[in-house]
Amino acid sequence: MTDAVRVRGLRKIYHGRPAVDGVDLDIADGEIFALLGPNGAGKTTTVEILEGFRKRDGGEVSVLGADPQRAPRSWRYGIGLVLQNASDMADMTVAETVRHFARYYPDPRPVDEVIDLVGLTEKAGRKVRTLSGGQRRRVDVAIGVIGRPRLLFLDEPTTGFDPEARRQFWALTRTLSAQDGTTILLTTHYLDEVEALAHRVAVLSGGRIRATGTPRDLGGRDTAEATVSWIEDGEHRSTTTAKPTGVVSELADRLGDEIPGLLVTRPSLEDTYLDLIGSSR
Amino acid sequence: MTVSPVGLSAARAGVELRQFFRERTAMIFTFALPVVLLTLLGSIFDKQVAVAGIPSSQLLAAGMIAGGIGSTCFVNLATSIVSDREDGTLKRLRGVPMPPIAYFIGKIVLVLVTAVAEVILVLAVGATFFDLPLPDDPRRWLTFGWVFLLGVTGCALLGAAMSSVPRSVRGAAPIVNLPFLVLQFVSGIFIVPITNLPEPLQQIGALFPLKWMAQGFRSVFLPDAAAATEPAGTWEHGRIAVVLAVWCLGGLILCLTTFRWQGRKDG
Repeated sequence: MTDAVRVRGLRKIYHGRPAVDGVDLDIADGEIFALLGPNGAGKTTTVEILEGFRKRDGGEVSVLGADPQRAPRSWRYGIGLVLQNASDMADMTVAETVRHFARYYPDPRPVDEVIDLVGLTEKAGRKVRTLSGGQRRRVDVAIGVIGRPRLLFLDEPTTGFDPEARRQFWALTRTLSAQDGTTILLTTHYLDEVEALAHRVAVLSGGRIRATGTPRDLGGRDTAEATVSWIEDGEHRSTTTAKPTGVVSELADRLGDEIPGLLVTRPSLEDTYLDLIGSSR
Repeated sequence: MTVSPVGLSAARAGVELRQFFRERTAMIFTFALPVVLLTLLGSIFDKQVAVAGIPSSQLLAAGMIAGGIGSTCFVNLATSIVSDREDGTLKRLRGVPMPPIAYFIGKIVLVLVTAVAEVILVLAVGATFFDLPLPDDPRRWLTFGWVFLLGVTGCALLGAAMSSVPRSVRGAAPIVNLPFLVLQFVSGIFIVPITNLPEPLQQIGALFPLKWMAQGFRSVFLPDAAAATEPAGTWEHGRIAVVLAVWCLGGLILCLTTFRWQGRKDG
């Protein structure tokens, strides 16, 4: 199986300073891949180069087997984009908008099916400008998937969503991935979003990839030292250890079957992430 | 199913027209401004006689057709492209498999439809309130045809070029409207006959296409005796054609060199 995205040594320079400084990425077909990083890390630049919106200054890029800079227009049949902050088509209805964008593709999904998929069937006749922020973003997703893309770019898709809308959006993303095997490249700075959705994640900071892995093992957090805390003689106690199971069993021997207030924690994704981006500053 | 560029262009035109006619306030402003000015100024100039038997209000009505074309083609097109750049339309279209020409054909259809509607509106007001005569000589309609086409083309190309100047939609209205207002003034759209304007202003106006469009439309709708009110004393059809054609070419070059698909903050 070929990779949907393959990047080697990608560089982009703005005003003499590298914004992207030697990035390597491999995204497998069917994967949900998250690109995580603080503002100014080079996320948007990297993604816009992959989307074919920007030219690179160095390195090799292959997206769906083609160089985005030289790909023919038909390359875009396989690409779906969900833009950040789009407010276009405001005076068109949801159905008109989705139907319009279906016309650009040789084999679009049925319009009603896509509107149903993004949960806007009841709003199909409403003008896009009357929708809430979350509903508006679902229209963007509908436009992004109408052409049956093999690769979908989701650029900070849930910024400004309320918690319920985020959950619904996550469910929609999982559906797209599971039903059609769509490869998804997600950029975000929400760590819970990464844990909820991504098969793999890369942390970008200062124009470089600091770590790549699954959300569970990123930066070695699955094997990192754990903190064990408990209550003994009415006092909170804790210790840091590479072997938490041993500590717990020793505590059990000393304190009896049920250890009061027992808690074993590994570094959270957030701890790991902050560590990783801190190391570049 | 295959995707044809013709079909996509038609689809773009449909979106452009629907969006324009559904955005009521902008639509009313675009269409009504020339008509309101014609009605108000016409009530003043109705009492003045430009040349034997021809009230100045008829000069005004014919010239206001040029003002209407400027309003729909220059002002409206420029602001609509600025808004397309700001609201993500252009970015989205670059990200879908659309030949760029489809976008421009959509805009051309928008400009043609709105310009024709505006001309009909101005003519209706001119004929109803100021007895502007509608010619039955086909040669005059031929003149109308080429002045209209060259005028629309030139204004639209300049409007597209102008769209690269404002940084945001908010800034677009004053940046596009103010120069257009001044241009209408020095082109003798508001003050008729144009020879009532101070000489230096007339000369500035003569550098731009609007004055020549207005002169062309006056030659279509007014008796030939009215040519005496023009600075040259004749209709100067040849010069009108040359100036408008040069502006079309200049507008095209400006467009090709300055048009941006992306906003400044993206670039």
